[in-house]
Amino acid sequence: MKEASSLVSHMVQAHSLTPQTSALRRDDHTCHVAGDWDVQTLCAPGMVEQRRRALSAVPSGTRWAFDPLTRLDSIGAQLFWDCWQGRLPEHVELSASQRRLFDMLAATGQPEPLPRRKLDWLIGIRQLGQGALHGVEHGARLLRLLGGLTFDLGAMLVNPHRGPWKEISAQIYRTGVQALGITALVGFLIGVVISYLSAQQLALFGAGQFIVNLLGISIVRELGPILAAIIVAGRSGSAITAQIGVMRVTQELDAMQVMGISQGQRLILPRVVALAIVMPLLVLWTGTMALIGGMLAAHVELGLQFMWFFQELPRAVGLTNYWIGLVKGVTFGVWIALVACHFGLKIEPNTESLGKGTTASVVTSITGVILIDAVYALIFAEMGI
Amino acid sequence: MNQAPVIDIEDLTTAFGTHVVHEHLNLKIMPREILALVGGSGSGKTTLLNHILGLQQARAGLVKVFGRPIESYRGKERLALTRRWGMLFQSGALFSALTVFDNVALPLREVRYLPEGLIREVVLMRLAWVGLTAQDAALMPSDLSGGMVKRVALARALSLDPELLFLDEPTAGLDPQRSDEFVALIKALHEQLGFTVIMVTHDLDTIRDLATRVAVLAQKQVLVEGTITEVMQVKHPFIDAFFHGQRGVRALGATAT
Repeated sequence: MKEASSLVSHMVQAHSLTPQTSALRRDDHTCHVAGDWDVQTLCAPGMVEQRRRALSAVPSGTRWAFDPLTRLDSIGAQLFWDCWQGRLPEHVELSASQRRLFDMLAATGQPEPLPRRKLDWLIGIRQLGQGALHGVEHGARLLRLLGGLTFDLGAMLVNPHRGPWKEISAQIYRTGVQALGITALVGFLIGVVISYLSAQQLALFGAGQFIVNLLGISIVRELGPILAAIIVAGRSGSAITAQIGVMRVTQELDAMQVMGISQGQRLILPRVVALAIVMPLLVLWTGTMALIGGMLAAHVELGLQFMWFFQELPRAVGLTNYWIGLVKGVTFGVWIALVACHFGLKIEPNTESLGKGTTASVVTSITGVILIDAVYALIFAEMGI
Repeated sequence: MNQAPVIDIEDLTTAFGTHVVHEHLNLKIMPREILALVGGSGSGKTTLLNHILGLQQARAGLVKVFGRPIESYRGKERLALTRRWGMLFQSGALFSALTVFDNVALPLREVRYLPEGLIREVVLMRLAWVGLTAQDAALMPSDLSGGMVKRVALARALSLDPELLFLDEPTAGLDPQRSDEFVALIKALHEQLGFTVIMVTHDLDTIRDLATRVAVLAQKQVLVEGTITEVMQVKHPFIDAFFHGQRGVRALGATAT
């Protein structure tokens, strides 16, 4: 008898020396819980599975003895709770704080299962239909925005002293003046690239002097407006959408509505007017920079004189092309501002919608710019200019 | 018993440019207590919280969290530290792109290696603690009322069983009844789970019902600390205005005399 008890104590000592068994140790009818059962310990790779396996190996009806020094938190307790199938076993030794933890789990009861999401087989077709409806809705709202804008513009022309001039001027500065650097850089580089590539081809046919016609027509009529529009859409369009969107998130739009301040007058009109004024100017500016870049490249590549280039340019391009560029500029400006405001107003008060709205705004306005350009090309071709 | 302070601020000095916020500030926070930081606007309560959270560098002095200077937690240790505390932000700061369930599950998923089944049980338990159901778990934060946002935010702050809980204006924006319920909820959880709480609040009812100790920040230091009755006996213009003003008398009743 004496020998047996000393043997047991010896075994216990040996057990407590081996670290693997320290968390859960079983002798005859008792399961000793020691070591750490908190999230810091359990987040080691494979630890939860290992502990779960050890727990499930304990036969039912076993006595449980928790070491009072065991670090047990509710995540660790949940493991025991799952093993015990949601109730305390008959024989269990717990410290006061450990008991409170299990009491809390017991008070919570079995959590109801999460509502399952139903599998939708027709999701593809439904999305297609919804996409089409969304497109129609966007179109209708843009049209309504344009209508509202016309009224606001009329009101401003009738009562010019009540117009949002300060806001318009601020927008002109932000969307125009601050865009001069980037549009100049992009225009210049594109001019250099186009001139350099075409100069090589033209030189093959000995038609180097036609570079003036090629550069003049393509840049003034097509590339200048498109380049300026793409840069402004990416730069100012996204800024307008994000700004109006954040105003929705911070309830500033609601505040404006409550105070009876017209969103059309104060938000949309200044931006549209500013971009309508700024865009043709930026088109001219970008075109000029591109022509300068092209001229430099032609000078280097073909040895054309600057003076000659200046003399030839008016003859090659003609004033009509400039007017076409300016008309396109105004249209693009109005389009970009309208699309940006439209998507800005549609943003819902959460971060994801803000990101989506800004992306949609920029993509729509750039795609729209290119579509409008194609329509203009058709119109002008029909008119023969 | 382990009686080392959870947070030990020694001789802290903070300044933004020439504007000095704290000067030689000392504060100790012991395990299991609920400390209310009180002070006028601009007295540096939020700044102090930011120091403890390690979001801001002190000009001089030492901020010790769990016995070690906060700056000394780097890399993996810092990550382990962030799992020992939870913060309830004033406006909730729920991730608006995630559902309620995913918001609460996020800290659990971030520790990795916890099986999804266990995470689900733990999240549903946390939601049950704060009085939300499995039906609410599928909602998006934009669909929640102000009180529910606070509850979800509390569930998220508690998701990793933190030893240290920061509450920034826990009852601001709640109606009196919800505010009382919320205070009772935190109190019950605190009794059960035994975490340490540091809260910044202006609400006298919250202080009276929840705080075991009050620290008043004024004149760039901790002016007084102690139980609410001890603090109220100190003569100081801020304490007079805050605790003995009309609102104070209404909230604290006879003790305010």
